[in-house]
Amino acid sequence: MLPLPRFTLHRPATIAEAAALLHHLGRDGQLLAGGTDLLPNMKQGLVGARALVSLQRIDGLSGVDVAGSSLSIGAMTPLARVASDPRVREAAPALSEAAAAVGGPHHRRMGTLGGNLCLDTRCRYYNQTYFWRSALGFCLKKDGTVCHVVAGGQRCVAAASNDTAPALIALEAAVTLESVRGARVVPVGELYTADGITNTTREPDEIVTRVTIPLERARSSGFEKLRRRGAIDFPLLSVAARIDRDGDALRAVELVVSALAARPRRVAAAARLAPGARPTAELRAQLAQAAKKECRPLDNIEGDPAWRHEMVPVLVERLLARLGVG
Amino acid sequence: MKPRSSGLVGERLRRNDLIRKVRGEVRYTDDLKLPRMLHARLLRCPHPHAKILRIDPARALASPEVAAVITGKDLPRRFGIIPWTPDEYPLALETARFVGDAVAAVAALSERAADLALRQIEVDYELLPSVKDLDEAESKTEAGLGASGRDNVSKRVDLAFGDVEAALAASDLVVEGSYTFEGTAHAPIEPHCALAQYDGDGLLTLWSTTQVPHYLHRELSRVLAVSPARIRVIQPPIGGAFGGKSEPFALEFAAAKLAMVTGRPVKLLYTREEEFYAHRGRHPMAMRYRVGARSDGSLTAVDAETRIDGGAYSSFGLVTTYYSGQLLTLPSFAPNYRFSSTRYFTNKPPCGPKRGHGSVQPRFAFECMLDRVAEKLSLDPIELRRKNAVDASSTVNGFRVTSNGYLECLARVEEASGWKERRGKLGRGRGLGVASSAYISGTNYPIYPNEMPQSAVQLKVDRSGVVTVFNGASEIGQGTDTLMATLVADELGLDLGAVRVVSADSDLCPVDLGAYSSRGTFMNGNACLAAARQIRDKLVAAVAAKLEVAPRDVFVSRGYLCAVGDERRAISVTDAIALAEARFGTLGATGWYKSPEGLGGDYRGGTIGASPAYSFTAHVAEVVVDEQTGVVRVEKVWCAHDCGRALCPTLVDGQIEGSVYMGVAEALLEEHVIDGRGLHRGPNLLDYRIPTSLDVPDIVSILVESHDPEGPLGAKEAGEGPLHSSIPAVANAIYDAVGVRLDRLPFSPGRVLAALREQGGR
Repeated sequence: MLPLPRFTLHRPATIAEAAALLHHLGRDGQLLAGGTDLLPNMKQGLVGARALVSLQRIDGLSGVDVAGSSLSIGAMTPLARVASDPRVREAAPALSEAAAAVGGPHHRRMGTLGGNLCLDTRCRYYNQTYFWRSALGFCLKKDGTVCHVVAGGQRCVAAASNDTAPALIALEAAVTLESVRGARVVPVGELYTADGITNTTREPDEIVTRVTIPLERARSSGFEKLRRRGAIDFPLLSVAARIDRDGDALRAVELVVSALAARPRRVAAAARLAPGARPTAELRAQLAQAAKKECRPLDNIEGDPAWRHEMVPVLVERLLARLGVG
Repeated sequence: MKPRSSGLVGERLRRNDLIRKVRGEVRYTDDLKLPRMLHARLLRCPHPHAKILRIDPARALASPEVAAVITGKDLPRRFGIIPWTPDEYPLALETARFVGDAVAAVAALSERAADLALRQIEVDYELLPSVKDLDEAESKTEAGLGASGRDNVSKRVDLAFGDVEAALAASDLVVEGSYTFEGTAHAPIEPHCALAQYDGDGLLTLWSTTQVPHYLHRELSRVLAVSPARIRVIQPPIGGAFGGKSEPFALEFAAAKLAMVTGRPVKLLYTREEEFYAHRGRHPMAMRYRVGARSDGSLTAVDAETRIDGGAYSSFGLVTTYYSGQLLTLPSFAPNYRFSSTRYFTNKPPCGPKRGHGSVQPRFAFECMLDRVAEKLSLDPIELRRKNAVDASSTVNGFRVTSNGYLECLARVEEASGWKERRGKLGRGRGLGVASSAYISGTNYPIYPNEMPQSAVQLKVDRSGVVTVFNGASEIGQGTDTLMATLVADELGLDLGAVRVVSADSDLCPVDLGAYSSRGTFMNGNACLAAARQIRDKLVAAVAAKLEVAPRDVFVSRGYLCAVGDERRAISVTDAIALAEARFGTLGATGWYKSPEGLGGDYRGGTIGASPAYSFTAHVAEVVVDEQTGVVRVEKVWCAHDCGRALCPTLVDGQIEGSVYMGVAEALLEEHVIDGRGLHRGPNLLDYRIPTSLDVPDIVSILVESHDPEGPLGAKEAGEGPLHSSIPAVANAIYDAVGVRLDRLPFSPGRVLAALREQGGR
């Protein structure tokens, strides 16, 4: 089998210890949560780090709590638990549906919410072995200088492939990042950038410790994922939606489409069309068409881009219909 | 008349390795570890077609962890599974012919060290013109991949039976169609692995994940220039093969040579990626058909033209090329037939046999054609097939048919699926489709011409009441070990657990040609029965003497041999063994099978496709098509298969379920794509998708028993036949559901949606 490169494994007992280690290790260090993404990537020679800092022994990073008017989820909470927790299912169905859609049962048992948020972007030209990439001539994201998705492209367009990210963006969630410099809270909507090489604003020595989701009344949400099989697959396209109601009318709709490029895309038309509108079938169709217009899938992951594009309005319509729009 | 049985044959027994497999106790090749063992890896060429100018292993050899590096020059003899087309070197000698072709091998103290050492081997290549697909294979003759070096042709077969043009001209209807299949891989759970040991006595022992230990034995001897008497080949239990392990591979030669060079055991395990380079998967084919019929539905002629993408090497390609035409003439066919098949070389991983070798692709095309003929003539497609069922004892291309349960297969799926009441009436988006097929129970002739048995067993009888079967055949998960134990236990009145099976070890077991062409049940079963009956006769004779009755008045029941008419007069099998051993001396027997002479058509190539017996299959598939997404879901598949007789019905069910699983996967999901650069589109199980348990339809397996006169207790094959018509059944069901004909596999959502758009635009 493909051998795992040699590395040093650190297993700190506190966040402070972990933060200090990461800071000290610099580019040689890499956080290890569930490992379901990191370890296969290491086997393919995609990770330069020579030391892993595991979060598994740190107490208090796992679990779901209601704190005041928000739901607070530890970053090391396994995705399976996020998916099945009754409070998450009630207050943030988009998140529980997204967590349930990650990988297969084994991935969800090992994989964590924080790990999924920090999932490396994916590309058909990147997630391959060293041999395969060498035969290709490598790529912009790793070991090379050219992009094979966009001829002459100077920016990496690898796809955000984490299912929970669009859901948490739609739910107006925030992450807590801790480091030797202290803690800061960042809205998930501002966590991601358009750079496929490193698509988060998390500093390399920062640790995602917590996710908080505001609890709002008259709010519903959901998640849809396009994939070819019933399990295991990364998304070919994903859509998360949040709907806030005000009586018979809509107060706000947030639509987030992902697995297109490095940054999950918030459908701009939602803010224009939804506030004050009635949840009709026409609105649903308008939003779906607007989403299609705003999204342009690339040939960066498996699946015909034209088909993925066609599926944007289909997924949006299905999700909004399920959430009672129209 | 049903053969006499003491009760195990036909029973739903647990396979004899089930508990050990479930508990993780079965030792596969990679589980084996020997003292001082080294680990090897192969260096592979990153170019689709390149001349090797220089290989310098100096930097790799400088590492204290590296024991040896070998290149093509260390193994300069060609090999190939077909004796007439040996065109591979274990490690490419002068030219590498695809991205992933092996050019050097390194043995090191660990797998990691071997892997790192690969990057330290310097290779200079000169790039050569390369061929990426069938169109280029035809036009880009300068690539010179063929044997002559002047074109890219691997094999061409043109055969005609009857006057096709005249029959088509006289037909009321001629339907034409073109079909495309891009190729699929076997994707076994267990990757290829070989472990070699070269001991102080000069004996080379090779454990390998092979389906053909005997052919491997011969090729090892030839390529390594070691006497076969100095080679022992052992095939441990295998975690899936499906045809992908049915010829020698680079890793076996490399591990053996490195063991000889270093004097230490050497293991070589392929990565998942390397599985896709070793490949030998189902050939991409571009197929053109013309089918003629009279207005009453009787078929008049079939004309087929097939282009086959063979990849870089010959593999079984000669046979594939014949099979693409030869295996179509059952179960419903026309009296006139012509086919022209050409296999081309391309700079892609070599194709070979995958479950339903060479015949699954044409079956897809032809059964879709039949659906169209039926539609044009306003006939029920099942009626069309019935009307054209070949009921003669010989096919248009000269194959002998000894048993035929085809019509029962059709009737059973028709009934079970509610065909008459439901087809065409399920509303738009849901549909039923039918297709049918036939397949060989082993090839009548061995791969290298010889007059010796094709399958053999030796039985050893112990006084404890245990019988050991030393069986040449390869247990690859299909259950031959269980089947042989069942046959022996059934003959001798033993419990299944009292029969042990030692298989596929060239030092311990007689020669069997291997687990390919669905030959196991028929050939190995007959060999085993022949041996068991010799022992049985001796037990009966000894018991008859003891009970003072005639041998014909002794019968074998479970655990006892009894006097007919007075069952209280019984002797346990263990006691009977003691009596027989006292009377006849040490008990043992050999049994073998050799197929009948002279089978096949009297023309060049007429023996390819000849089999001692043919199985028959009919499928009905029920699909749901989502017209918004193009996603096709196969909800249920009814498969009726004529296996002659179900000796181990649970195993037959398993083969049917596995076949439908694989067929539906090839219909909807799997596609082995090599891009224009010669790069595999995604040589891993994330990008090359095989179905999860959530993606499998409900499968109803229906066993049909036609009792073949030459099969062991009437049995025929079940391992490959039930795959064939599953794919066109899905295609025809999609047509019933939404009215679009799909002629390119797989039926991915994008393609389905495009076809629906085209339909809407008309």
